[in-house]
Amino acid sequence: MSSTPIEDAIRLKITAALQPTALEIHNDSSQHAHHAAMQNSASTSNETHFRVLIASAAFEAKMQPARHRMVYALLKEELERKGGIHALQLRTRTPGEEERLSAKEGVEGEGR
Amino acid sequence: MRVTSSQSRLLSTETRAAIDTAVASNPVVLFMKGTPETPQCGFSKASIQILGLQGVDPNKFCAFNVLEDEELRQGLKEYSDWPTIPQLYVGNEFVGGCDILMSMHQNGELSKMLEEKGVLVPAESSSEAPSGAPAQS
Repeated sequence: MSSTPIEDAIRLKITAALQPTALEIHNDSSQHAHHAAMQNSASTSNETHFRVLIASAAFEAKMQPARHRMVYALLKEELERKGGIHALQLRTRTPGEEERLSAKEGVEGEGR
Repeated sequence: MRVTSSQSRLLSTETRAAIDTAVASNPVVLFMKGTPETPQCGFSKASIQILGLQGVDPNKFCAFNVLEDEELRQGLKEYSDWPTIPQLYVGNEFVGGCDILMSMHQNGELSKMLEEKGVLVPAESSSEAPSGAPAQS
């Protein structure tokens, strides 16, 4: 079995449903291991905090909340399960937005 | 046949009414973990900071701490069809979570929306068309 079952599930489901032109999955869990909510969590999981960047034509003509809801719906089980995903940061763009915005960001670097 | 127990939680009428009231209590409403003074989560903290930077009028703003109310915390997920906290409502409408707030903050959409909704601290208390006021550029 994979040592990153949740990351695998995220990749699999998003790829199948959204056919992304770009997909980055960052596991930020280690930065949050001290986080209070993680202490008593039944999970000894190292897969709790994810940052996912998606570019997909499926987001065309949809507002940001609708785009995020599409992803939340895909990952419903992982989000609801005990010891599953605790935090999920999303960046959802259309391929056109991705091209335009990543060119701009390239100059500035990926700031937060 | 399959019984999905984890999804069978129905939003009670009372909880829905309570959230309706909370959402309508102020023009800008943030559901967060912790309080604006002591946020208990980095995403809630970032959201509060953004609203502060934007100059949201404290008199038109209210925050609800979901950590103090488990029913609110669970009910809100279904109410908003949104699984995570924080959640921002402006003028009774769901805006989004921290990521959406952040990107709207960066691309200027947030200040435009807050301006249009009239929820920012007035630049000058003397309000409309003051003589010799510096033009905003």
